[in-house]
Amino acid sequence: MLPWSIGVVWFNAMEVVAWVSVWMVGWGTNSAFPLVGGYRFLAQGLAYELPHMFALITVALGAESLDFGEIARAQDGLWFVVWMPVAFLVYLLSVLAMAFWGPFGHPVGHDLAGGAVLELAGPDRLVFEAGRYALLVVASAAAVPLFLGGGAGPLLPGWAWALVKTYLVLALLVWVRHRLPVIRMDRFMTAAWVVLIPATLVQMLVVGIVVLG
Amino acid sequence: MRTVVFWVLALAAVGFGVAVFRVDSMARATFALLASFLCVGGTMVLLDLHYLGVLVVLMMIMEMMVMAVFMIMYMMNPAGLMPMSMLHNRRGALIISGAVLVALVAGVWTVDWPERAGRPPGDPTRALGEAVMGAQMPVMIVVGVAILATMVSAVVLATDRGRYDGGDR
Amino acid sequence: MTLQAFLTLAAALFAVGLYGALSQQSIVMLMMGLELMINAVLVAGAAFWFYLAPASADGQVLVLVAVTVMALEMAMGFAVVTALMRARDVDVTDDAGDLKG
Repeated sequence: MLPWSIGVVWFNAMEVVAWVSVWMVGWGTNSAFPLVGGYRFLAQGLAYELPHMFALITVALGAESLDFGEIARAQDGLWFVVWMPVAFLVYLLSVLAMAFWGPFGHPVGHDLAGGAVLELAGPDRLVFEAGRYALLVVASAAAVPLFLGGGAGPLLPGWAWALVKTYLVLALLVWVRHRLPVIRMDRFMTAAWVVLIPATLVQMLVVGIVVLG
Repeated sequence: MRTVVFWVLALAAVGFGVAVFRVDSMARATFALLASFLCVGGTMVLLDLHYLGVLVVLMMIMEMMVMAVFMIMYMMNPAGLMPMSMLHNRRGALIISGAVLVALVAGVWTVDWPERAGRPPGDPTRALGEAVMGAQMPVMIVVGVAILATMVSAVVLATDRGRYDGGDR
Repeated sequence: MTLQAFLTLAAALFAVGLYGALSQQSIVMLMMGLELMINAVLVAGAAFWFYLAPASADGQVLVLVAVTVMALEMAMGFAVVTALMRARDVDVTDDAGDLKG
């Protein structure tokens, strides 16, 4: 029923559902530490979401479309990652944050004995963790049409290149996991609003000038 | 098919709207309001306003999650464990809103609405974008200034510390 | 699906929101009532666009403005509640009637 032409907006709307799910898990288990974890994820969401949206808008502006296919086709000559490096970096950061992965694992931090997932066990935990991994994989896969030229590449067919690129992005994110310290949310909030938002705005301005010119 | 979906969504939207003021727990009230908004987003998708419908879904999820935080922060009885009445002038409110409902519905069904002028464009999203970047540009400029003014004044009202006091506490 | 059906939905949402805004003591619950009323404006704006003037995008712009207004209303409302709570430890409308004439 929904057309492909609003794909990026739909992607954004569905990833925000993670806020609801993590907070509901924290609230619903009726236990103090998970609730703190849920609140931490909301704070994290407020920090990462605006730079993330600006990164997505930059891509849409560069491709002049909200359709993932159109965006991939627009990178025929030059991948967006080459001339939108800031947006790509911000996107990767926000993928880590939206899956509360590695350095952004504060909502499920060890200082909270597991945070939002503390009370979950058995199938509940499986579903939750599966959803979290799926979020990470889907967001990595979305990076391919957004920044890495979709299925473009020599020799192999398009779908194979898309898979390879997804695996590369995912491998990078998984590799980061235990190699960076966990960042406290209020500090990331300051960094996001003072550094990342202006940086993405400048990136968007550059892209806008290029598109108009 | 669309008609059935519409009526399901409409009944659900109103039902969740009523639930907002019926449930005890603030978390439930917030999520009932969110569900009502999601249903309204669905009805907008039925009208081919795909972009606006999804935008409503996106914005309302974020807005209601922020709302949940404040609701629980500022309510005496956030989890509804201790049933209590937080109402005033219930009878007056019921009479006024009932009268408004009757007046509005009567108006809706008696007014002779004008004929439909024109056809929907092939891509309403593009039409909207061209409108806000063209003929309706002043509206968006005013909205932008209003957002900026709201951000500044909301922060000034809500903060308890000065500009140079901390930031890393 | 007709214009009347959509407007009836809008009227019902508006009435429910009005009831909430009038009857709730807590300021945050009152704001939820206001949000429901703006929700009705969204439905009505979208329906007017589709059934009366789909050729121009004015109805869509109205919906966009209403969504923005909703966000602004919430931001200012919570800022005021926060200020009020800080200053006087008050979270219900009945205790904040200083300007009552």
